[in-house]
Amino acid sequence: MDPVRGTAYVLFTVGKAVVFFTVLFLIVALATMVERKVAGFIQDRSGPNRVGPWGLFQVVADGIKNLLKEETMPEQAVRPFFLLAPAIAMVPATILFAVIPFASPLPTQWGLVEMIVADAPIGFLWVLAIGSLGVYGVVMAGWASGSKYAFLGGLRGSAQMVSYEVALALSLVPLILLTGEVRVPELVAMQQGFSEGPATLSMWMILPLLMGAFFFFISALAETNRLPFDLPEAEAELVTGYHTEYSAMKFSMFMLGEFFHIITVAALVTVFFLGGWDIPFWAGDNIRVLSDGTVIGDPTWWKTLLTAGVFAVKMGLIILLFVWIRWTLPRFRYDQLMDLGWKFLLEAVTVYILLIALAVLVIEGAGIEMGPLYAAILFGLNAVLAVLVFFVLDRGVLIKGAGYRARLEERKRVLERHEAKHEGEVA
Amino acid sequence: MPGDVKIVQRPETGGSYVRGAMKGMGVTLRHMVNPRKVTQQYPDEKWELSPRVRGTHRMATHEDGRAKCVGCGLCPTVCPVNCIKLIPAEDENGERYAAVYEIDEFRCIFCGFCQEVCPVEAIHLGVHYENAEYTRERWVYDLERLCEQDHPYTGLWEPSDPDSQ
Repeated sequence: MDPVRGTAYVLFTVGKAVVFFTVLFLIVALATMVERKVAGFIQDRSGPNRVGPWGLFQVVADGIKNLLKEETMPEQAVRPFFLLAPAIAMVPATILFAVIPFASPLPTQWGLVEMIVADAPIGFLWVLAIGSLGVYGVVMAGWASGSKYAFLGGLRGSAQMVSYEVALALSLVPLILLTGEVRVPELVAMQQGFSEGPATLSMWMILPLLMGAFFFFISALAETNRLPFDLPEAEAELVTGYHTEYSAMKFSMFMLGEFFHIITVAALVTVFFLGGWDIPFWAGDNIRVLSDGTVIGDPTWWKTLLTAGVFAVKMGLIILLFVWIRWTLPRFRYDQLMDLGWKFLLEAVTVYILLIALAVLVIEGAGIEMGPLYAAILFGLNAVLAVLVFFVLDRGVLIKGAGYRARLEERKRVLERHEAKHEGEVA
Repeated sequence: MPGDVKIVQRPETGGSYVRGAMKGMGVTLRHMVNPRKVTQQYPDEKWELSPRVRGTHRMATHEDGRAKCVGCGLCPTVCPVNCIKLIPAEDENGERYAAVYEIDEFRCIFCGFCQEVCPVEAIHLGVHYENAEYTRERWVYDLERLCEQDHPYTGLWEPSDPDSQ
């Protein structure tokens, strides 16, 4: 069966866009619920449970509340930018989804429909380009509010997001080194096993690129402004940071934007490192549409549903991990954040790229075909690197108090003073 | 080390952040899956209160519905926040009663002195705390409303049973 062409293609694309973004908004609503429920469970509470079954309609109640609340407009605010900022914080995260494949292709009587809104040939670059636009919402909100707390939050947000942008983009370079393709569906196909067509790794990228996934996840945490990287809205110092002056639905837009970012990152981790919609240990879902229109594999409608479900489950687990991290780890200090970004992550990722490039060169020089063995060798290299990072490099290096030596001196002085003062008493 | 300064000995080097974080996530995971939650579904299930909880006042009545109060004036005298308003009167049989008896529950600090001082065991505090109102005026309970309350009386301290067993 050939992919759809002509008018049917346009209609299907519009249909996919409408359906997918509706579902996306539902997922965002669910994610806010998951956040509050898991927060409750972790703190031995039961979370919201009064509105509807298991408190599911709490989201609806909150939405109605936020629509009906008073919209405030600070006198000092710069009106156009103040109004624009919430939209800019939210929209990039949503349109990023256009290049995410979320299920196996669906066969229809007009042809094969790929389950991706826009199969752009530069999908990967689209992710990096649009992903970095989110920072403008934060900066604009902070600057346009005319409030010093919002301004400081915006400054911190811009510094943090620009810093981690570098590591985020670089941590995905090894992926491109392995696949040699920037079409996102091709990255998914790379993680499946095919008997015909171009050779693939037949393994989820998280194994051959374990450390890459780790670095990507950390930078993504920082990009979404979630704990332990939520300094732009550090409520102890900055009221609530860049959205201090916002109320009602404009505030809600920032919150929705944050959750959209989480879901985006969850989708990216799934597609890049967890095999996308691939079902492990099952050859039936190995369906691939090559860029010249050739279809490998046997697409059916129930496989589309099944793989969409698997994709949702993988995304859900990543979202859960995000929430779990948020309710466990305390916030970094600002200098620790900058140290981690510039002094560790950037170097580590650069070295990692060089190592992977070297490994690819050596493996291909040894005449090993791309496949499970190829991936296994890379996994071995990553396991060594993981041990090195977690057990040797990390020992008191990653996160260390900046004034640690000064504190030690201070403590010694305090102790000496006390001993001198109380020398007579003890005897 | 003298007691006025406490210095906690913590290792400041050598720790691994990633492994420390994973340990912490283990702790939160245990709590996440733990089915024992501390939340009390308040309006549906309520606290078991001690019989000596001091809450909303209640006036004891005779069988025929008259308040037991004899208008002696001890409770407004002993009240530390002056929240009891009492105007005594005398009926045709020469018996004293309270013509006006009002307690401002908003001002009351629920010390229980009025209950302790009452010679005829008329005014009591009660084991009851849910008294929200829309206006301040509604917080001033008159004699009729005090008699209508039907929650249990607050138990007093018994010298023979000092721990209130």
